[in-house]
Amino acid sequence: MKSLRFILAGIIFGIVMTKSEAISWYRIQEMFRFQSFHMYGIIGTAVVLGVIAVALIKKYRLRDFQGNPIVIAPKEKGIARYLIGGTIFGLGWALTGACPGPMFVNLGYGFISMGIVIIFATLGTYLYGVVKDKLPH
Amino acid sequence: MKEALLAPWPWYISGAMIAGIMVLLLFFGKSFGMSSNFRTICSACGAGKKVKFFDFDWKSQMWNILFLIGTVIGGFITHLFLTNGEPVVIAESTISDLAALGIAAPTGMQPEELFGMASLTDPFNIALLAFGGLLIGFGTRYAGGCTSGHAISGLSNLQLPSLIAVIGFFIGGLTMTFIGLPLILK
Repeated sequence: MKSLRFILAGIIFGIVMTKSEAISWYRIQEMFRFQSFHMYGIIGTAVVLGVIAVALIKKYRLRDFQGNPIVIAPKEKGIARYLIGGTIFGLGWALTGACPGPMFVNLGYGFISMGIVIIFATLGTYLYGVVKDKLPH
Repeated sequence: MKEALLAPWPWYISGAMIAGIMVLLLFFGKSFGMSSNFRTICSACGAGKKVKFFDFDWKSQMWNILFLIGTVIGGFITHLFLTNGEPVVIAESTISDLAALGIAAPTGMQPEELFGMASLTDPFNIALLAFGGLLIGFGTRYAGGCTSGHAISGLSNLQLPSLIAVIGFFIGGLTMTFIGLPLILK
């Protein structure tokens, strides 16, 4: 039953992403064309509240439900991997209008064709694993 | 109440709930990030035997796969019970920009031209979706995260690498929107 909470959290996330239309290709196009505040509002609100929540967790050294300290592992330093990798992802995001979460939400919503995006995204990750050591990080 | 539930939800509700889910996962002892699931799937399919990057204890990431399954169910539930089926209302300027690319004004959640059932028999469209998927899978792992891991979790933790990654997301997104899409869709 411990696993049920993750499924439930995922269900809520799926509903929220659909109800705010963040899974829509149209909304992502609107965002990249700077023609609406909608997506910036969603991400902005999440980040502002997230910053406050994480700051409070750190300040009061809060522990998780199992009693372990909450630690957020910092990302390793670097520029190339984040800038290049981020740019490659951005190209795919604007083309398909879906980031990894919304891909799966779309599938559940009934867009079977999103399955193609999912299969090839898995393949893309495999490809990265193969050539990883030859890339600048 | 029922009408408000069935209509699209405003951005501040969505943003607050996304932050809530991120915090909830922290209290579950996990961190919010969707793209690492692709690595887990590769590993679960046995890729670790051939490629070192996938040789890790993927079962420790089962919680995230469960979360992923939840998102699929969430989309399904919304489609069945929580929508009025009305087209996405986007800016007039976006509608006319997209018309110039041959994408009609919204009639639902997604453009039929790209995601409709008929588009599944069009080899060019399948190639387009496949290419997009490849870029996403490769790019997110290279960058070590996607919108959830970097833009939400990472920026909430005020991490510089995440800010650099988000700048990358926009360099790529703007390039595709203003240079790539006109070439591909026309």
